Amino acid sequence: MKVAVIVFPGSNCDRDMHHVLTDVFHLDSQLVWHTDELPKNIDAIVLPGGFSYGDRLRAGVIAAHSPVIKDIKKMAEKGMPVLGVCNGFQILVESGLLPGALLKNTSLNFMCKWTEIIVKNNTTPFTNKLKLNQRIPIAIANGEGRYYADDATLKSLKKNNQIVFTYVEEVNGASLGIAGICNKAGNVVGMMPHPERSAEQIINPKNAKPASLIFESLLNTLGVIA
Amino acid sequence: MSLTPQESKYLEKKIGRKPNPLEFQIVAAEWSEHCSYKSSKKYLKILPKEGKRVISGPGYDSGVLDVGDGYVVTVHIESHNHPSAVEPYGGAATGVGGVIRDILSAGTRPIAILDGLRFGNIEKDHHARWLFKNAIRGIADYGNCLGIPTVGGEIEFDKCFTNYALVDVAAIGFGKKENLIRNRAQKGDYVVLIGGSTGRDGIGGSQFASDNLDADNRSAVQIPDPFIEKLVIEVILEARNQKCIKAMKDLGGGGLSCAISETADALGIGIELDLSLVHKREQNMSPSELMVSESQERMLVITDLAKLTTLKKICEKFRVPYSVIGRVHEDKMMEVKLDKNTIAKLPSQIVANAPLLDRPSSKPKYLSALEQVKKPTMPTDISKTFLKMLSNPNIASKHWVYSQYDHEVGIRTVVKPGGDGASLRLDNGKFLSVKIDGNSKHCYINPREGVIGCFDEACRNVICTGAKPIGMVDHLQFGNPEDPEIFWTFKESVQAITDYAKYFEIPCVGGKVSLYNETDEGPIKPTPLIGVLGLNEGKPLIPKKIENGDLLIIVGITKDELGGSEYYEYIHGVIGGKCPIVDMKSSKKIQDAVLELIHQDVIKIAHDCSKGGLGVGISKLCISNEIGCMIFVEKIPSDKLRLDELLFSETHSRFLLVISQQDEKKVMSLLEKKGITHASIGDFSGKNMTFKEKSKIVACIRIDKAQEKWLNSLEALVTHG
Repeated sequence: MKVAVIVFPGSNCDRDMHHVLTDVFHLDSQLVWHTDELPKNIDAIVLPGGFSYGDRLRAGVIAAHSPVIKDIKKMAEKGMPVLGVCNGFQILVESGLLPGALLKNTSLNFMCKWTEIIVKNNTTPFTNKLKLNQRIPIAIANGEGRYYADDATLKSLKKNNQIVFTYVEEVNGASLGIAGICNKAGNVVGMMPHPERSAEQIINPKNAKPASLIFESLLNTLGVIA
Repeated sequence: MSLTPQESKYLEKKIGRKPNPLEFQIVAAEWSEHCSYKSSKKYLKILPKEGKRVISGPGYDSGVLDVGDGYVVTVHIESHNHPSAVEPYGGAATGVGGVIRDILSAGTRPIAILDGLRFGNIEKDHHARWLFKNAIRGIADYGNCLGIPTVGGEIEFDKCFTNYALVDVAAIGFGKKENLIRNRAQKGDYVVLIGGSTGRDGIGGSQFASDNLDADNRSAVQIPDPFIEKLVIEVILEARNQKCIKAMKDLGGGGLSCAISETADALGIGIELDLSLVHKREQNMSPSELMVSESQERMLVITDLAKLTTLKKICEKFRVPYSVIGRVHEDKMMEVKLDKNTIAKLPSQIVANAPLLDRPSSKPKYLSALEQVKKPTMPTDISKTFLKMLSNPNIASKHWVYSQYDHEVGIRTVVKPGGDGASLRLDNGKFLSVKIDGNSKHCYINPREGVIGCFDEACRNVICTGAKPIGMVDHLQFGNPEDPEIFWTFKESVQAITDYAKYFEIPCVGGKVSLYNETDEGPIKPTPLIGVLGLNEGKPLIPKKIENGDLLIIVGITKDELGGSEYYEYIHGVIGGKCPIVDMKSSKKIQDAVLELIHQDVIKIAHDCSKGGLGVGISKLCISNEIGCMIFVEKIPSDKLRLDELLFSETHSRFLLVISQQDEKKVMSLLEKKGITHASIGDFSGKNMTFKEKSKIVACIRIDKAQEKWLNSLEALVTHG
């Protein structure tokens, strides 16, 4: 089973994501440069965190116009699992694959810390091994991580079960405390927290098991026995 | 831009003619104190640089240590003090950028940043607060964008840094030994400038840094662009993987002048370059501007014809600008051309090696008076003193700072910021620990013992994570070296570092000297900074949660050494007294024993006892675990000190160990066997931190109150102060 990790100029969690997919969960993952074509036989796509184009203009907005985005959109329409983490989430939002926007944190500062999120939708390809309302100790690190959407969008997110994760504590002023959402079909998931920083016990100061279930959900989705 | 009359004469004699104006500028940049180390070089020679793990090579900008299994760790430290004092955001950010490129120059990927920051009194001084906030933001914006975690550091506030800032950045790299750049070049090889374009920023930066700070020279400060730096990192590492790099150097102080002359000199080659080929961001730049511009994010790479096309393709993939600016010759000259016409031609050996100076030195008169200060009287309510100590910006938690730094990216950070040293996992299954420490207050009252204390403290911090020190870097920061008393403190520090490094067999693998750290109000206190790297081939000690009934052990003896302590200076406003003195023999025994205990897996937390002394050390343990404790003061091994002295003396070579009751016997018997002073001084439980002396409560502090002070004071000061 093959997972493409897309690398934009300025991505900086690409190698971390690749390590976790390959060395920890034994998936065949491949780094794909943003101007290259998507490899033919992939089964899932991950957009990693970082500062694509140095966050110029607005986080994720320039990368959303990369050549590879068109291909990702096609695959997403066909139902392929797509995960965007941190800057990857910002790119998914900027490219229109997910609704809403990511604004500066209310503290106006970059924020790197450990927090907890709650699973609100356990039917996506990245959460199907988690229990509803399960808590996940996870790392966050962002400056523009405050999820924002207007009331109508928030209403439809709720109605369509598109809220995937919410924060346990007030972290950055996000609408409804949203940490991650999915598209209507559920196959495209974006989240600000970093599962790849949280799925190995040695670097997770709390419990790494829940975060590792995000990757095990993907294995489950792809039919790999975890 | 100038040379002294003696230097001009020396130059003319060496080249046998008068230099033309451009040649003069090139030499002036390279012979600045900042680039040439002309005051300090002679004395740095005594530092021990050899060790079984040390790998040295020609032209390395960073120290290289073998960590086994075919892997190496690289390390370098630099400061960006003058720029940060006038433009803290850009100054601090480009300080990060510069040291990162030194790590990259060796062919290793940067994996961690540490920073040591110093400002004036931020409680009273709004300007100091402005410098502090913006320097932090500069470091955060730059390091975060690069995806290199800032894993540790230290911050000190002192009146001597008023209107000034010390911004020291250390960087760590990691890579395969076989990928180290070998730095060799042959006749006909190509010289390629890769990265940001050359502009008029940072003109004369190295000379600016080689003089007292008396004017706001903002044009000498470079402009940061972390996005280009990130791309340059990826270009260089891909070029390294494809064996496109024969030799490499980063462009820092002195710009092209320095990079070209030093590369040619180190490699024993000649370099010819044509300035009309350099990619520029501004029009009509003069040759001398091009030669001394310190525009950031640039690397100089030497490659051969066979690999030039691949190198160009890699740059094009990342859309990083480059220009092939010259060729390698055999003549050992640096020859600068403009549109094919030679405009400067000098022997690189002469340019790269300024005549060294013999500066006079004399012991500062202030020193003997400082030892004689009168002891302050004991406060009536020690519990209140505790709370005041914990809200002291020098002691209060720095989480407001390090939460703005991405300290997790790279997924190596096993022991995280906020504790003692940081610990990073390496690809060979081992762990690297790092810490930097400085203490201007101690170094001011005793330059020798002060810096030895910093060295000892950095070692202790690394040991607290379970690692054994394997190398060190130093950053020597002083005022104007032309003042004999200041120069004496510099010499004293170098000798002290040498003595400690030799005794503990820790090689010095890199360092930097920063002089002329002065403003109109005078010089800074001597502020040498020590960075220590440790290697852990076993399990790292990740602090465990303290539980009810766990015991607190103190290792080491507490002495009447309150000179330069936070207690004297912050609570009583007393500068002076007896500086803590490290007994190297006993310190080594203590360090070895603590390391042995950690590896026997009987220690839940090992905590270094330093700034703020025992009182602050115990408070931090209680606060971060939200648990109280009962301490029996008379059990603390000491020189019969008064209660306040016992709690706040900053004697070195002490550790606080948290253990569970079941391990008490094991721990105590090992310490006894080794003849190390130690005692079990109390246990953890409840919601108060209580100190008893002969069954009478002498201090009692609520943990929630202490936590509030310690955690929030710095942030409150910065955001609402």
